[in-house]
Amino acid sequence: MKKAHIFVMAIIAVAIAIITSTAGDASVYVSFKEARERAADGNLTKVHVVGRLPRDGQKNIMGLEYNPTLDPNYFAFTLVDTNRIAQRVVYFNPQPQDFDKSEQVVITGAMRNDIFVADKILLKCPSKYVENEVKGATASIN
Amino acid sequence: MLNTLIGDVGHLSVILAFVAATVAAYSYYMAARGRALGDTDAGWMKLGRGAFIVHSVAVLAVIVSLFGIIHGHRYEYYYAWSHSSNHLPIYYMISCFWEGQEGSFLLWIFWHVCLGLILMRSAKRWEAPVMAIFAGVQLFLTSMILGIVLGDLKIGSSPFILLRDFMPDLPVWQTNPNFVPTDGTGLNALLQNYWMVIHPPTLFLGFALTLVPFAYAVAGLWKGEFSAWTRPALRWSLWGGLILGVGIVMGAYWAYETLNFGGYWNWDPVENAVYIPWLVLVASIHGLILWQRSKLALRTSFVLVIATFLLILYATFLTRSGVLGNASVHSFTDLGLSGQLMIYLAAFVVLSIVLLVSRWKKIPISEKELTTYNPELWVFVGATVLCLGAFQVLFTTSIPVYNAFLGFIGIKSNLALPADQIAHYSKFQLWLGVGVAFCSGLAQLMWWQKNDRSSLSSTLTVPAMLSLLGGALVILLVQYNGKKMELSYIALLTTALFGVLANLSMVFTLLRRKVSLSGGGVAHIGIALMLLGVLASSGYSNVISQNTSGLLYSREFDQTTNQDNVLLWRNDVTRMDKYDVRYTGQYFDVPGVPGYVDKQQLYRTADEYKALARSDIKRGDKVYYKAGDTLEILPENTYYRVEYQDRENKSQFTLYPRAQVNEQMGGLLASPDVKVFLDHDIYSHISAVPPIDQEKDWSEVKEHVLSIGDTIFLNDYFAVFRGVEPAKQTAGLGLAKGDLAIQADFLVSGEKKQYHMHPVFVVRNRLIGRVPDEAEDLGLRLSFLNVEPQEGKFTFGVSTTQKDYIILKAVEKPFINLLWSGTLLMALGFGMAIYKRRRETEAPAVPAPEAGARPRPVMPRPKAVA
Repeated sequence: MKKAHIFVMAIIAVAIAIITSTAGDASVYVSFKEARERAADGNLTKVHVVGRLPRDGQKNIMGLEYNPTLDPNYFAFTLVDTNRIAQRVVYFNPQPQDFDKSEQVVITGAMRNDIFVADKILLKCPSKYVENEVKGATASIN
Repeated sequence: MLNTLIGDVGHLSVILAFVAATVAAYSYYMAARGRALGDTDAGWMKLGRGAFIVHSVAVLAVIVSLFGIIHGHRYEYYYAWSHSSNHLPIYYMISCFWEGQEGSFLLWIFWHVCLGLILMRSAKRWEAPVMAIFAGVQLFLTSMILGIVLGDLKIGSSPFILLRDFMPDLPVWQTNPNFVPTDGTGLNALLQNYWMVIHPPTLFLGFALTLVPFAYAVAGLWKGEFSAWTRPALRWSLWGGLILGVGIVMGAYWAYETLNFGGYWNWDPVENAVYIPWLVLVASIHGLILWQRSKLALRTSFVLVIATFLLILYATFLTRSGVLGNASVHSFTDLGLSGQLMIYLAAFVVLSIVLLVSRWKKIPISEKELTTYNPELWVFVGATVLCLGAFQVLFTTSIPVYNAFLGFIGIKSNLALPADQIAHYSKFQLWLGVGVAFCSGLAQLMWWQKNDRSSLSSTLTVPAMLSLLGGALVILLVQYNGKKMELSYIALLTTALFGVLANLSMVFTLLRRKVSLSGGGVAHIGIALMLLGVLASSGYSNVISQNTSGLLYSREFDQTTNQDNVLLWRNDVTRMDKYDVRYTGQYFDVPGVPGYVDKQQLYRTADEYKALARSDIKRGDKVYYKAGDTLEILPENTYYRVEYQDRENKSQFTLYPRAQVNEQMGGLLASPDVKVFLDHDIYSHISAVPPIDQEKDWSEVKEHVLSIGDTIFLNDYFAVFRGVEPAKQTAGLGLAKGDLAIQADFLVSGEKKQYHMHPVFVVRNRLIGRVPDEAEDLGLRLSFLNVEPQEGKFTFGVSTTQKDYIILKAVEKPFINLLWSGTLLMALGFGMAIYKRRRETEAPAVPAPEAGARPRPVMPRPKAVA
């Protein structure tokens, strides 16, 4: 066997290692129901959950808990996933400042006991590109 | 006034640019078709040249029109309205230009035009085939901003669309079709940074530069000139490697300085999308050098040069088609161009693969079997390592694409990117660094000499011994400081040291022979230093803002949770690592005044860009503004002044991490401030502040009746009521003749200094007015409620509020300067390599002499370890 062949085989071996390892590291988007089932099975790998924040009649978000003067690294909120299941979520970081403006929230983490511990929050804010109001537009009508 | 002319001119120019690019591509193609390289049809050639020049002029006209719209604040155009605003300084208007997708396409098109014009003059016999490909690419790119609707088919998204056409549902159009907003929505606050003025053009120039070697490679395949193309391609690839590499690090530096994720690299798909082609580009440089020196790896060079450009197209597709969706924080918004982008990508993938496959057998190969004593082998291994590293990032970054593809063929997939991306990428890319550092050192030592067992071991001994010794020393130091060092870190440390020392010894040898030969060595030293900088700053970054207050919420969990943020009360001292830290208030940037100006020194006015000075604003002896002067402020940024004092040596420094309140972007955008020491950075940013958009929560007013000279405790501060005096013509009062105005004088003793408070009592036309005074530092507000002159009694209302605070995160980043200085060395090395090749004209008939070959640069990139 020529050296070149050994070299090519080594490359292929590394590539396969990369692919299998990536497949192992890849996370999944799940619902809270599935996240709970995973935790019940003892599977503590982190998952992604997409959800919305429940709002009351005045459009205020319900169930936000952040009291920095007591503990700046504790933020808790309720998230409702796409199957309308609500779940208490804890995030051991300050509350993201644009949190109450966001429409959709993607969290990464895992269930621990009855609580979903998030280690990453990705907010989808209403982008300024889809803005449908123009300041001053109403004023000029009058 | 609605002005549609400038937009029409711009739009017509886009169409003209598109048509001219099509004509140029076709003419150049016809000029070269069926003929040997250098032999062209004069008529078609003339037409092609003319068309490309028309195209260039049209592109310039587009740019001028668009910039005219932004610069003239023509908010009837959607592009100006959504990306600019009245208060934007001119240099940020330039960055508005490419904030939007259309503008950034335009920037890319512009660089292609520049490079195309250079090639028209310099490519000589390659002109026709190379320019055919250039014009072909321009055809696709200009189609992206064409903005033409044919039936149901929308081709491109025009930057010249009017607001009323973009948002036809606004009610205002019915009453006033010529309505023009008075202000735009402004540039994304995070992009208002000087790096954002220079980073995108650099990056897009890097993108554009990858087209040149690609065009040469395709031309070579097309015309059956399999070797001669490598010479110009190598020179252009070196330019590409330099510009793209520097552009990537600029982006990293911007992220470090402006964003608050705590570092310079986040493995965001948008970042990866540029990193991947750069790795392959650098690998292709090594392939080309191997061919020029030893007639090896020509097929590899073809594949890598072509792959680089295709990966740039793939990156474009990733970031602009919306396929990343939830996966990325900062990809462009979807403009519905995914179909067009896909066609663009597919066209060039098919074209190059078909050409490559059909000519594959004709590409010369070497039968030489390499041994371990051939430096070429190690160069080749290094290039392979780079490609494997690129493949790993590509494979993971494409996960959203797999989802989209599976969804397209009807399979629902819920695959997500790894939950801990940094750990995922680092565990591979760290070994990429090891491989690159090792191969670069070894190959560099072997490159310039004849190798056998004894000569190799004698050259290797010194650098190898020194790196092992140095590595051991560093490991001991790290352990002495109570830190652990994993095996992979030890491997990276030792190989990177070897990379530095081996290349350094070679550079010293070469300096004696010929300075310009050492470009490769210098670039490799830069890379190895960058690796060391990444290892130290990311592997050993240390959060110093640990919350040690003992107050914890997290009763649910016994294990230790994240405590990386501390709360700093205004003017209170908090211990943080070896520092005493104190937050002392909010500041503004006032143009013309050095440093920042305390918010308490300013009266805000109805115009948020203007304020009145409450007292003299001076620096040293120089008074910049007198009390009562109107001054301009930049209200977007609030700077939070944080004092650090080292407890041991009492040395002090002050940081001003800043935050922008931005409704459109949603809330507060925090940017760090960094104190740079020689061997580490202290990086700190605001994580949260008290809610800003709400009115302050004041306590109920408590009344106090006082006589002059009385003392009182206000919000736990000792205060003296010193007297009553006529109110001065102070800011915001607008006193008229006949008004009676008096003010009280309180002296309140705060933690650090004393505060004068002057609540005002006004009688105008027998109506009473009260102007309260507030001391933000103390969370205190005083109002002058009543006067009883007969008894000499005065009534004051006192209300208090929660004291101001910030939540701060501070991180120590050791030896991050190695990363930045390594980048400069790498750029210098690239520059030297380009300089050395400046006179090499295209393809001599004989192979290059041995001396023409040069050391090759290998480079990995900044990567976040752990």
